[in-house]
Amino acid sequence: MITLKDINKTYDMGQASLHVLKGIDLHIDKGEYVSIMGASGSGKSTLLNILGILDDYETGDYHLNNIMIKNLSEKQAAVYRNELIGFVFQSFNLINFKNALENVALPLYYKNISRKKRNIIAMEYLDQMGLKDWAYHMPNEMSGGQKQRVAIARAIISKPKILLADEPTGALDSVTTVEVMKLLSELNSNGLTTIIVTHEKSVADETNSIIHIKDGLIEDIIRK
Amino acid sequence: MFDLDRWQEIWFTITHNKSRSVLTAFGVFWGMFMLVVMVGAGIALDRGISANVEGFATNSCFVWSQETTEPYKGFKKGRNWNMENADIPLLQNKVPEIQYLAPVLSGGNGGGTNNVTRNEKAGSYNINGYYPQYNLIDESKMTFGRYINDIDIAEKRKVCVIGERVCEVLFPKNENPLGKNIQVNGIYFQVVGVARHTSDINIGGNPEESVVLPFSTMQQAFNQGNMVHYLAVTAQPGVKVKVIEDKIREVLKTKYSISPDDKKAVGGFNVEDQFTMFLYLGLGIGFLIWFVGLGTLFAGAVGVSNIMLVTVRERTKEIGIRRALGATPRSIITQILSESIILTLIAGILGLMLGVGLLSLVGMALSGGDQFFQDPQISFTVALSALIILLIIGTLAGFIPANRAMKIKPIEAIREE
Repeated sequence: MITLKDINKTYDMGQASLHVLKGIDLHIDKGEYVSIMGASGSGKSTLLNILGILDDYETGDYHLNNIMIKNLSEKQAAVYRNELIGFVFQSFNLINFKNALENVALPLYYKNISRKKRNIIAMEYLDQMGLKDWAYHMPNEMSGGQKQRVAIARAIISKPKILLADEPTGALDSVTTVEVMKLLSELNSNGLTTIIVTHEKSVADETNSIIHIKDGLIEDIIRK
Repeated sequence: MFDLDRWQEIWFTITHNKSRSVLTAFGVFWGMFMLVVMVGAGIALDRGISANVEGFATNSCFVWSQETTEPYKGFKKGRNWNMENADIPLLQNKVPEIQYLAPVLSGGNGGGTNNVTRNEKAGSYNINGYYPQYNLIDESKMTFGRYINDIDIAEKRKVCVIGERVCEVLFPKNENPLGKNIQVNGIYFQVVGVARHTSDINIGGNPEESVVLPFSTMQQAFNQGNMVHYLAVTAQPGVKVKVIEDKIREVLKTKYSISPDDKKAVGGFNVEDQFTMFLYLGLGIGFLIWFVGLGTLFAGAVGVSNIMLVTVRERTKEIGIRRALGATPRSIITQILSESIILTLIAGILGLMLGVGLLSLVGMALSGGDQFFQDPQISFTVALSALIILLIIGTLAGFIPANRAMKIKPIEAIREE
């Protein structure tokens, strides 16, 4: 599903440059449940951004679903993000002037699915998350756990090949953390390749393999 | 393309910051309003001016004799001279560029005494002796009857055409003036027509308070010999009035032994020059109107562009999220552009409607008046082109912000604070 070969990434900081990823080699199979751990500044978020086609890289190869992800046009990148990848963020990143239903339906809007149809589909996904009654509520009327569940519904509505979660529980209390992790595990057990960036040991322990990143290199991969 | 979501988006951003949107839109609104009002006023001024000269040949000039100011061929300066009947064929012969040539005898208005009477009714009016051609230069419309004709001239008939005001004073309301006799300076003339003036240019007194006699009859009846007081002349199409004016002067100076250098002996008034001045004035005003109007509109558009830039900055995160969810750069551009165009169009159309409304109000208030300012309206073409200009301006105004929005990278937007 995912193959990374010798990925290098440098940030230009004016005169100096910051070598963030120093040759990452990684292979993730379909249906794997993976977490990435590392100290802040280790490059784990950069890696996730490259995996999510949100950022580019200088050298190396990245294949996603047998597609070479390199030097894509903005339009091509947008289409791949829409079709292949679902995102879950620490701060939910819901659009605050749209209600839960509209937020969930948004990826389908960029697939040119009619409003009526995508609202029906979005309602099904909200129902699956147990949020049917909250469909017409605005994000600021919901709790953190509810918001994250809306975000997860939005991430999977376009049936992506991989789900990328950047500190999905970072803004949640311990009870909702367990809820959200249970949800992610369920999604994974249904066959969705899931990658979680986290610094919480308890979260990482839920996944099947843990990748430790240190100073832009993979330190070790612990498989269970 | 025309998804409800997009309109919802646009509506949301516009209404979400009401005061900001209103202030921004006001710039465009005001620009459009001013443009429409100014163009309408310009058109009204144009119409007023053309209504004032309607029926008056603008390719004309008037020529009369004055005291000489240079000694010449043994004559002293300060000599009086007069034009005569024989000058008419002479001029027509020597100046082929002349279209119509009408000699005029001007009898004045009797110095305020009642020079025109009928039974016990009387008034003081201008008496003018005209040729039929005169009506082709300074037109009077006939309310009743006919104008002076060639047979009147040839037979020196004692007939007259009276102005509407003269008719009102001399004849009771229900009486038909045609065929009735009136006395002019004690001599009877038969009324053959009643005239109403078309233009607001008065030569030889207000035509509605004048009595027109056949030129030849007037010469004979009032002992004027073969004297001509002044000439009304028009130039052939395509010929400058200045050309015939100069040629006429030359012919007259040669015939009457006036020094070629004498600038004052032959008096003249060039209507074309005056009219051209008005024309250029009108053109200048028109140019100024569009220049200022479009400038104001442009300033409004800059305001829209500015606000859209702020909006884009505020929405960086939202746009980033959309990009992460699969929005193409194109869909972001169309969104920002549509917002700009919608805002501009709503404001502009409002300005257009209010401007047209104000013009109709002013038009109603002014209707019926005889002013230099008539019927202020803008044509459909002007309204349409204003709308097209608005559309272009709206697009241009949205272009810079849309470009800025397109350059937002999803990663910059969703980076955790």
